[in-house]
Amino acid sequence: MSPPGHPAGAEPVDIAGVGIHPFGRFEDRTITDLGVYAVRQALDDAALGRSDLQATFCGTAYGGVASGHKVLGRLAMTGMPIVDVEAGCASGAAALMLGAGSVRSGQYDSVLVLGIEKMPKGIIRSSFFDGWQETAGLSATPAYFALRAQRLMADSGITDHDLASVVVKNRRNGTANPDAMFRSEVTAEAVLSSRMVCPPLHLLMLCSPNEGAAAVVLRRRDSTAGAIRLRAATLVSHLPGSVLSESTPMSGLCDDSIPAPTARAARFAYEEAGVGPADLDVVECQDTDAARELMSCEELGLCAAGEGAGLVRDGITAMGGRIPVNPSGGLLSKGEPLGASALGQVVELVRQLRGDAGGRQVVGARVGLAHTIGRGANASVVIVGR
Amino acid sequence: MGGDPRLLGSECPGCGALHFPRSDTCPYCGDRPSTACELPSRGTLWAWTTVHVPPPGYHGPVPYGFGVVELDGRIRVVSRLTETDAGLLRQDQAVHLVLTEVGEEDGTQMVSWAFAPSGRDRR
Ligand SMILES: [Zn+2]
Repeated sequence: MSPPGHPAGAEPVDIAGVGIHPFGRFEDRTITDLGVYAVRQALDDAALGRSDLQATFCGTAYGGVASGHKVLGRLAMTGMPIVDVEAGCASGAAALMLGAGSVRSGQYDSVLVLGIEKMPKGIIRSSFFDGWQETAGLSATPAYFALRAQRLMADSGITDHDLASVVVKNRRNGTANPDAMFRSEVTAEAVLSSRMVCPPLHLLMLCSPNEGAAAVVLRRRDSTAGAIRLRAATLVSHLPGSVLSESTPMSGLCDDSIPAPTARAARFAYEEAGVGPADLDVVECQDTDAARELMSCEELGLCAAGEGAGLVRDGITAMGGRIPVNPSGGLLSKGEPLGASALGQVVELVRQLRGDAGGRQVVGARVGLAHTIGRGANASVVIVGR
Repeated sequence: MGGDPRLLGSECPGCGALHFPRSDTCPYCGDRPSTACELPSRGTLWAWTTVHVPPPGYHGPVPYGFGVVELDGRIRVVSRLTETDAGLLRQDQAVHLVLTEVGEEDGTQMVSWAFAPSGRDRR
């Protein structure tokens, strides 16, 4: 299958502005409030008025009917096409792909891409599972994560201490991110002594579903020097295979001969952007659990397959390492508002490339990659550069 | 709950894949119709964990085992496991199919399948 690349003569796309509502729990704010906050910030950042945008793509999984319309209605920005998009954890990236395509094709000059979410509390009932799967106890999402974690540990020689090291790294990074939910460091001992959710995964190795919003303004490239360029926004679904495995959040449980969705999305994105893993300066990747970060790194080509352990043991993905991963603190620090999380990663990359990331700045970053993998299965890879 | 339970899957005449649950369209190649068939009732353990907190919509006992079982080297199936202590299980351990009660719904006792460790040293 060929990558969804630029058609001949396609217009280059800039990220003209970004905005984010912190990720966390906000009893006194609606999902619409969160979205309004992020959109206002992105418009200010892009120095655009509310009449300068021609279409909006809004990612949300739990928002419900016309979520994007409610946000834009509060801002007196309706009238344009507003399209709400759902693609599980990759919902925001799906919205970005559609927005980028509409600018690239020349349909629009400027579009708003928004991601909003207010996740239910507790263990979330997902319409993804059929009734018989719930009855049989097959709807325990963290258990699927645990099975993949166990296999990664077996196949790549990763220990529970390595998994704890991922959490320690990301939580340390998160202390410098005012938009993160958890801003305190944890020790490996604390991670390994936290409650066992599904072996081998302890509570602190799993991200928390929460609330938040992020917004990105895309524009057809003009001559503005120093603008951040959106070089690839790729989304794939799982290849045909076992319906009880490939469509789960992790895929690969029953069909490990099928290429991982993340690996395919990455290959297409690298081709589209004309870069490879060695060209990346900073990565924001899906760390729904600690093992998932290492698995993602392998699938993104940041290391050879089976060598994920070295990434943490040798500090390769730490701040100051060869390729810092999740300088924002990742989902382990920020929490995961499904519709907003992918765009939150893009906001982080833009700040990194502008040199605006404060105490978590990756010095001199020029090319960044953002990655999500989730239920569907959907995988997305976004590449930005300056 | 008696007898010798079997899982029903399908076999694709086009690509030869076994798949589960039963479906008239092969999820690998799209061919139809696939032929219903009984899956092997013995296999080996490929991955496993334990669920301690009941997931939404589940009314059966906790904790319960959960894993992936390989049947005859031909198909892997996501399944409940009868063993709730992950530390007592090991890679490639022999397992066999059993029926297990998974709680009541609307006054009816619900039953599902699970795999149990084979051999005298296992429950
Ligand atoms: Zn087939």
